[in-house]
Amino acid sequence: MSPPKILVLGYGNPGRQDDGLGPAAAGALSQMGWRNLTVVDDYQLNIEDALDVAAHDIVWFVDAAKTGHAPYSVRDVCPSPTTEFTSHLLRPAALLAIAQIYCNRAPPAFLLAIRGYEFEFVETLTEGGRENLGAAVAMLAASIARSQGKPHAPAMP
Amino acid sequence: MMSEQSGMIAQPAGRKIVIDPVTRVEGHGKVTIRLNEAGEVEQARFHIVEFRGFERFIQGRMFAEVPVIVQRLCGICPVSHHLCAAKAMDLVAGVDQVTPTADKMRRLMHHGQVLQSNALNFFHLASPDLLLGFDAPVAQRNIIGVIAAFPEVGKWAIFIRKFGQMVIEATSGRRIHPRLCVPGGVNQNLSIERRDALRADVDQIIQWCCAALDLHKTYIQDNLALYENFASFPSSYMSLTGPGGVMDLYDGTLRAIHGDGTTIFEGIPPAAYRDYMVEEVRSWSYMKFPHIRSLGRENGWYRVGPLAQLNCCTHIGTPLAEAARQEFLALGHGGLVHATLAYHWARLICMVHCAETIRDLLFDDDLQGNDLLLAGHRRPEGIAIIEAPRGTLLHHYEVDGNGQVTAANLIVSTTNNNEAMNRSVTKVAIDYLTGHEITEGLLNHIEVAIRAYDPCLSCATHALGDMPLIVTLEDAEGTMITSRVKQ
Repeated sequence: MSPPKILVLGYGNPGRQDDGLGPAAAGALSQMGWRNLTVVDDYQLNIEDALDVAAHDIVWFVDAAKTGHAPYSVRDVCPSPTTEFTSHLLRPAALLAIAQIYCNRAPPAFLLAIRGYEFEFVETLTEGGRENLGAAVAMLAASIARSQGKPHAPAMP
Repeated sequence: MMSEQSGMIAQPAGRKIVIDPVTRVEGHGKVTIRLNEAGEVEQARFHIVEFRGFERFIQGRMFAEVPVIVQRLCGICPVSHHLCAAKAMDLVAGVDQVTPTADKMRRLMHHGQVLQSNALNFFHLASPDLLLGFDAPVAQRNIIGVIAAFPEVGKWAIFIRKFGQMVIEATSGRRIHPRLCVPGGVNQNLSIERRDALRADVDQIIQWCCAALDLHKTYIQDNLALYENFASFPSSYMSLTGPGGVMDLYDGTLRAIHGDGTTIFEGIPPAAYRDYMVEEVRSWSYMKFPHIRSLGRENGWYRVGPLAQLNCCTHIGTPLAEAARQEFLALGHGGLVHATLAYHWARLICMVHCAETIRDLLFDDDLQGNDLLLAGHRRPEGIAIIEAPRGTLLHHYEVDGNGQVTAANLIVSTTNNNEAMNRSVTKVAIDYLTGHEITEGLLNHIEVAIRAYDPCLSCATHALGDMPLIVTLEDAEGTMITSRVKQ
């Protein structure tokens, strides 16, 4: 049996310090060479990402967190349609809902929230953010590696 | 900062409003409704973040890298900042006019960007209100509800967006973080393979854009009074226009008009913007309040964006969009169209125009030219303007002899619409606030008004997607009466 197709969507702004944790995680994972892994990084989620979401078996959203547990936390994401007051925001749950309604498929999805500390106009991560990134990437890499033989469910930390 | 500031406005005692800098970074929308002594709505303000920090961030950078760096301003319109900065840096590089291939590659990218951004606004943000109704249950008033009621809309939304992304990728080699532009030109032309792939889809995209326009018009016909009056007021407008007043979203000169359609100024090159515009700072907001110099602070505010683009141009150079413009003008009953909800109609017409323009460009052999880059004698300053999806966007840079940026000033579309958004929210508060309760209905109507402008919230900083809309009601002394958060 072939391993599950995994999508990692790392999003945020690398020009605002720890807001770049999502893209940084995506960049690190893209170097690991797994054939069943698709890595996308962008400033934010967009509706057309639903096509990528629906084309995979497991989806990991990776974002920075201003609050919460360090070095990271993981939560399930379930489809939930919402409409914001600006197009500058699309939540993972809403993206999953779009994939569900349009593509008839919303795969199991998880939000990896990497704790960040500073969000100013600086192009480097904080030291704390870098440490948290390392732990988060190690966890996600281990999870992806373990899932090679588990096609329908990710290995949780 | 290079912008001229007319000074801070003192707030009456007891009315000071403090904006927590932490929430500025977090990114949210905050609406404050102030009542007068009689308990009537006195004013409402929409507070959002802005870009002054980023202007400092650019200082010290080499001018050639700025078109790439500025993409980090915004997760929705990085291409617009990329192109505007490139145009400004053309001038710094001593190039007044790039080659035809470079110009058309940039135009192709720009129209792909405006197309996909406008599609995102209309389909994902506005269509639940416009197709299902303002008062539809919250649980249904979302894109999922729209797709359930209008199954084709979901397909249009995703594939028009995706086509716009394809255009951007074709011009730059990458869907995100494009690097097409360099000062003086571009670094690649359009391959035959990519051109043909886009040619295969473009007619379908035009058809879908027109279908979306027709669908929107059915809503207007059924809700004309609401459409004309909601959050609306007469205003001045400003946008770029091309030769003869033709709509040109990429290049041209500034035109501003009064609410009665008479001209305030026209034919103004970007480099002269400071002669015609003033940027004011107010104590209660991080945003600048630009206004037209000749009209003064109180009367010089204006609107930008699709509605302004339609009102300011004399015609559109592509046939389907021009036919749609003629129909649109009827809403103005012989004058300008002032309806705030008409931003959406105008946005759809711009989408049609963009799709038509993309088709025209795809059949222009200049896109396969090899004359990509020019160079000239270095200059110390570059100023450029484009019409971004949300309206007029200005980049202004000063560069020293080493090629390092010493000063930067950006006036983004949302900043131009600052006063207009406040007035729209005030109009909604006057029309829909009863008593001292912020009802679900009021909250939604405020959102509908804000969505028409689709304000840009300063970069993609989001931190787990927390971007609530907070509405606060205050008494005449500035004391909070109640507050409601829409997560």
